[in-house]
Order: sequence, then structure tokens, then C-alpha cells
Amino acid sequence: MTQAGLETQGLCKSFGALPVASDINFRLESGARHALIGPNGAGKTSFVNLVTGMLKPSAGRILLSGEDITHLPQAARVKRGLVRTFQISALFRRLSLIENVTLAISEREGAAGDLIRPAGRYRKLIEEGYALLEALGLAADALRPVNELAYGRQRLADIAVSLGLKPKVLLLDEPAAGVPSGETGAIIDMIERLPADIAFLIIEHDMELVFRLANRITVLVQGSILVEGAPQDIAADAQVRQVYLGERRPR
Amino acid sequence: MGDLLSAAISIAFHGLALAMVLYLISVGLSVTMGLMGFVNLAHGAFAMAGGYGLTTLMGRLHLPFGLALIGAIVIVVLASFVLERLLYRRLYGGDELDQVLMTMGLIFMTVGAATYFWGPVAQPIHPPDLISGQIHLGSRDFPAYRSFLILCGVVLVTGLWLGLERTRFGAQVRAAVDNLRMAQSIGINTSRLFALTFALGSGLAALGGALGADFLPIVPGYALGNLVYFLIVVAVGGLGSIRGPFVAALLIGTADTAFKYIAPELGAFFIYALTMAILLWRPRGLFGHA
Amino acid sequence: MAAADQLAPPAMLDGFARRHRLRAFEALPWLMALAAYFVFPDYLALGAQILATILFALSLDLVLGYAGIVTLGHAAFFGTGAYTAGILAANGWGEPISGLVVAAAAAGAVGFLSGAIILRTTGLTLLMQTLVVAAMLLELANKATRITGGADGLQGMDVWPIFGAFRFDLFGRTAYIYCAAVLMIGWLLVRSIVYSPFGRSLTGIRENVVRMHAVGSPVRRRKLVAYTISAALAGISGALIAQTAQFVGLGALGLERSGTVLIMLIIGGVGQLYGAFIGVTLYMIAQDRFSTIDPVYWYFWIGLFMIFVVIFARGGVLGLIERARRQMRRPS
Repeated sequence: MTQAGLETQGLCKSFGALPVASDINFRLESGARHALIGPNGAGKTSFVNLVTGMLKPSAGRILLSGEDITHLPQAARVKRGLVRTFQISALFRRLSLIENVTLAISEREGAAGDLIRPAGRYRKLIEEGYALLEALGLAADALRPVNELAYGRQRLADIAVSLGLKPKVLLLDEPAAGVPSGETGAIIDMIERLPADIAFLIIEHDMELVFRLANRITVLVQGSILVEGAPQDIAADAQVRQVYLGERRPR
Repeated sequence: MGDLLSAAISIAFHGLALAMVLYLISVGLSVTMGLMGFVNLAHGAFAMAGGYGLTTLMGRLHLPFGLALIGAIVIVVLASFVLERLLYRRLYGGDELDQVLMTMGLIFMTVGAATYFWGPVAQPIHPPDLISGQIHLGSRDFPAYRSFLILCGVVLVTGLWLGLERTRFGAQVRAAVDNLRMAQSIGINTSRLFALTFALGSGLAALGGALGADFLPIVPGYALGNLVYFLIVVAVGGLGSIRGPFVAALLIGTADTAFKYIAPELGAFFIYALTMAILLWRPRGLFGHA
Repeated sequence: MAAADQLAPPAMLDGFARRHRLRAFEALPWLMALAAYFVFPDYLALGAQILATILFALSLDLVLGYAGIVTLGHAAFFGTGAYTAGILAANGWGEPISGLVVAAAAAGAVGFLSGAIILRTTGLTLLMQTLVVAAMLLELANKATRITGGADGLQGMDVWPIFGAFRFDLFGRTAYIYCAAVLMIGWLLVRSIVYSPFGRSLTGIRENVVRMHAVGSPVRRRKLVAYTISAALAGISGALIAQTAQFVGLGALGLERSGTVLIMLIIGGVGQLYGAFIGVTLYMIAQDRFSTIDPVYWYFWIGLFMIFVVIFARGGVLGLIERARRQMRRPS
């Protein structure tokens, strides 16, 4: 049995009487292209928060490459390669794009604790950051403050920062959310071109995106997994149709 | 044993009176901070203005105590309306630092203005004979003025609580403190709500400042000198609550009185330590929102 | 934008990688300080105070402008440093430089301990805690009359000549040069921290702390380190004032001290290193002028000015300069 990239066992979380996660047993295989879908309020973002350590579970275990990370703080999970992006762009607003990315790279390399040497001397890290921006087509804006970029490019920047951490497991929380349809192409392209050794889980509402990007889908409803499987099977599943009735028809 | 009981009653009485003053002054601050999310460091200035208003109306215009008190409160309420419209409104939802700077600026202005008009000496307050002297309860004598303070406090606290629970205005305030966007979307005029709440809070502060001149002398440095105490009551009680500051004021008032009686060398040190401990245990305050 | 794409990566990155290099205008404050020594020989005592207070404001900028920690209790560290240096000098050890070192250590320790306890909170609660820490220290100093002099202040300080040779003279010449030298060292330290990867991570914490956690940054540790260093520097600043005035009063720990340094920094411009230089100089010169005219007016007018700054000149003097530069760059 190959080790899953990410696994949860019996993950539970309630806010008082409100359950946001009920006994979730989830597996994300290495190199997976996995999608998590479900109606609004299903608990998808809460799941990501639980897995990354931003939220403490009431019960259950979380395993990363076989290691139990349930009690590790968020930063420690990031160091082990578990990285997320945010539904609403969470960037270092007034800092430049290159600065945003190099911050992440510095943290990864452990350079960020240096109090004396100027950051500019860490040339390799800056060049790595620039190369990352080039790969994402963002190089032209490298020196601009991120809050001046078009929102679509901000979403790309968000992913760039996460990629700077060299993730093994990448959790993409609605990467195209709020992006005008003309700009989503770049984001989709970028996700498609992600290296095969990164396992990603994408939370999305846009079914077209989901079917294009994922080869496995998990459906979450009210904190529990309803069904899991290949895209065609999910599309044909009667329960899923019922859940989405009136919301969206899978194409 | 009789001494201990006597001391305890004394501490409870004077502590309660101080608590009422602190509560009256701080409750407005708690609600406006919880409602508008605005760090109003200058709130003490309204209390000070109440004190100066009372002494001036009594001393210069020779108005009787009750009338002067009402007059002082009205003046402060009107002034706070104007200030809210002109200044505070601009910084709602703004940078915390801007709010700190602006309200510190207001405090400084009040220090300068108060020194200019009234000089540095503490203003004397002369309550009417009716509430001066001692009153006899059981086997003990209690200062009448402080008894009056406690009575006032209880009446106002009850009024506030009833007002918050039973009136439509109170319901709107509670809704807005809980979730401002939601309150706006169901049609509550939050702009008007802010103005009214601000005015009410300032009026209560003026009342507390005027009545409490016994505990907190009316001097130009009032707003700055007492800032920490008011903020302690608010922070410990919890923002946006009217119950919270009451409990906090009781705690602080009795503790302060007790320590001054039992261990005056330690002064306010333990109040601060207590505050720090409570805030570490409950960062949002005892009754703050999660 | 095709033209920008063709900008060779090395050239574009060079500017970014060389941000830390000293630029011509950075010599300006030092040239001005040097000039002031000769042009205003009667005001060197005030000048020394200004220089020491700039160090205080710089220390505050490190936590406020760069790490985003809003504090109204920075006088706690200033005052600790002041009283430490003062108590040493009043009890037989008046050597100034070692006094500075001990003051820095004491203030740094207070910063470390209080930071470890309170930096887990943010926002209003943190603001409160910073107030409370300073208030506690003030109360301690007030009550420990035998050590601190209580409300009368610490008397009997005897500060020895620097290096055994340079006596603190009545004109403030020694004090001025002393403060300038210490400020220069402090400024170099803060400057290198600000441009270091650590300093950059502080700005990350300020801009989006949630994201900093999400990139694996040990946020609490970083904040604590910044807070401790800032406290030590503030302590040095307090010790400088104590040594040059040969007196320490309760005001060194007071809310007004914490408030005014914050105001000075905001007037100059937060988070841009030189805001401290500009804001402190403007404020203290203005205050000095006003106190000769009428001290009562000072509070009123500075209060009005502060409100003016908030409404019309957000970002302080440096902010205004920045906006003016952008206006000039725009083609008409």
C-alpha cells in the first residue's frame, strides 16, 4: 500500500452543536489531481483549515506522508511540505511581488532568521523567486506592490507564493474565485502545468474547471464525505445530482 | 472579628461607590468600542467635561446642584454629537493607529483647554445638604454622598439593562454589535445608531465624571491620568457589553479600595497584575464576544 | 507591456538586491547634526535630548512600523533603562558606557519577559497589555521610594567622564557628541535589521500575519526577538537621557512619554526609518519654542496638529514627501 501524500482518519470538528467535519476519512495520493466539491457551507474550507492546522480538530488524525501531524503547529506542517492557498487572496499587500515570493522562499531556506546580512545578498533566493514569477507569466510586475495588480494576477501571485515553498501537497482553495472569466485561463493553465510530484487538492465550485483539472473527485456535504470517485462516475451519480439540484448541473 | 466585619463592610461600601463611578464612565466606551470598533482614548475627556460643567454651572451661574448636573450632561451630549459628526465619523473602520493618534490629539487639546480656562487646581464640588453628611443605617454611619452615588448607579444600571433588553433601540444596538453588516442589511440605520450611542455614552460619562469628582479629581490631566483605569474596566469587561463593564467595575472598584486599605504600599500594582491575568485568560474580556 | 518584459532579469533584480546600499540623502541627518553643533552652540543640551529621543523613536519604529505591533507602553523600556542607569550612577557606579550596557540588558530583559507573556494577543487586548505593563512599572517606581526616589525623582546621580577624559559640561557639548555617537550605532543596528531577511519577515508579519503563518514563519518568535531588541534600544535611549540630565523622574515611565514618542513617530512617518529623525526633531523643537512662549498653549496646539495630521497628512511628513514625488513623476 503506497503511502498517501495526505490522509485523514476519522477527522471531526464541531462548533458547539454545529458539526463542520464528521468522521472524514480522506486520502490524497502522491501526485494526485484531486478535487473537493460540495454545496456552500459543506465544510470544504474548514477541512483545509483543519488539515493545515489553522483549526484544531475535536477528534481524528492527520497524516502527511505517513507521519502523524495532528498536533503539529501550522508552520511545522508547512516545513514538511503541506501548503495551502487562500480563497480570498492573502498576500503581503504593500510589498512588491518579488518581495512576496522571496519572503516565502527565505522562510523555506531558513534564511529569514538572519538579522544582520542584507536580504539583497541572498541573490540565489531572489533569482529563484524571479524564475518562479517568469514561469507564471508574472515577471513584468515583479517590482510592483501586489495590491496594485489586477485581481486575476493577484490570485496567480497567491499560488506563486505557495509554490515558492516547494510543496509536496498543495491545497488550492477556490483558486479562480472572484476572478473575471477573461483572466481564469492563466490560472487553469498554471494548475495544469504543475509538476507531477506535487499532489494537489483543489476546492472549486466551477465544474468545468473541476472536470478539466481533476482525475478524482470527493463530494463533501454538511461535513461528511458523500461519495468519491472518477469524474465520470461522480457526474453520473444520482445522489450528487440531487445535492446539486438547483445549484449547478455538471456538464 | 467585629473589626474585620466592619472593615469588610467599609471596603464593600466604598468599593461599590467607586465601581458605580467607573461603570458610568466606562460603559459608554465599551459600547462604542464594541459597536464602532473605534479606539476612543479620549472618552475620559467627556467625564472630565461633566465635572468642569457641573462646577462652572454651580459656581459661576449659581445653579442648584440638580439643574447644574443636568445642564452639564446636556452640554457634553451636544458637544459629543458635533465631535462624532465632524471627526470620529471619518475614521470608522480605519487604521487603529490613526484612531490612537486622533484621540490622543483630542486628549491633548482638552488638557490645554482645561488648563487655560480653569487652571491646574482640582475643582471643588459642593453637593447639596440633602446628600451631604452621614446617614444612619443600623449601627453604622455611612457618608450620604456615596450612598447617593450607589443609589444613582443602581438606578442607571437597571435603566440601561432594561433599555438594552426591552427597547427597539436597545435591540438595534445589540444586533449591530453582534454583526454590523447584517444589521445594516436588515435596514438598521447604523449611522444614526452610532451617533445616538456615542451621545448616550458620553452623557453617562459626563454624569459619572461629575458625580465621581470625589474619587477622580477634576484636573486638566484627567483624561490622560485615568485612561488606563477606564480602559481596564472596558477590556476586562469585554467590548460591546454593558454587563461586562459592570462586573469589571465591581472587581476593580472593590479590589482597589481593598488594597488601599490593606496594603497601601502596593497601590495599584495588584489591579494591573489582576488585569493582565484576566486578559491572558480571557483576551476578549469576561463578557466579550468570541 | 513588451518593453518591461525585455528588461533583463539581472538589471531588474539589481535594484531590488541593492536596496540596502547607503544612499546620498542618508548622510543628510548626520550632516545636519554636525552643522547644528557649530551653528547652535547654545542649544546643545536640547540637541542631545533630541538625538537620544530619536533613538527611542527608532526603537518604536522597529516594532510598530516594521512588525506592526501597536504599543502605548514603550516608556516601560525607556524608563527601565533610565532608572537602571540612574540608580547605578546614584550608588557609586557612574561610568557611562557600562551604564548604557547594563541599562540595555535590563530593558531588554523586561522586553523579553513582557513580550513572552503578552505578544500572544493582538489588537486592543495587546494595546491594553502594553499599557498595563508600563503602568505596573510606574507603580513600582512610585512606591520603591528608597531606590528610585519615588515621586520626587532620583537624586544624586554622579556620572563620570566618558573614557575618563570627557566630562559632561554645562554647555552640553559632551552630551551632544555622546548621544550622537550612540544614536549612530543604534541607527546602524536598526538599519541593518530592517534590510535583513529577518526585517523583511517583520514587514510580512505586519502586512499579513495569517499568510506568514501559512508560509511557515515562526511568527511569535520573530515578534519576540524584535520586541526584545526594541526594548533594549529604548532602554539605551532612557539611559542616555538620564545620564545627560543627571536626573530621572517618574515621567520616564509614564503614559505621556509613551504617547508622545508614538506621536513623534507618526508625524515623521511610520515604517520608513527616517520618520523618527524628522518627527522627533520637529516635535521637540516646536515644544521647546512653545514652552518659552506659553506652555499651556502647547498641549492644545499640538493636539490640534495631531488631528490635522490624521485627517490631511496620513503617513506623516515622509508620506507627504512620497505623495509629492509621485505627483511630480506623473506626466501632466
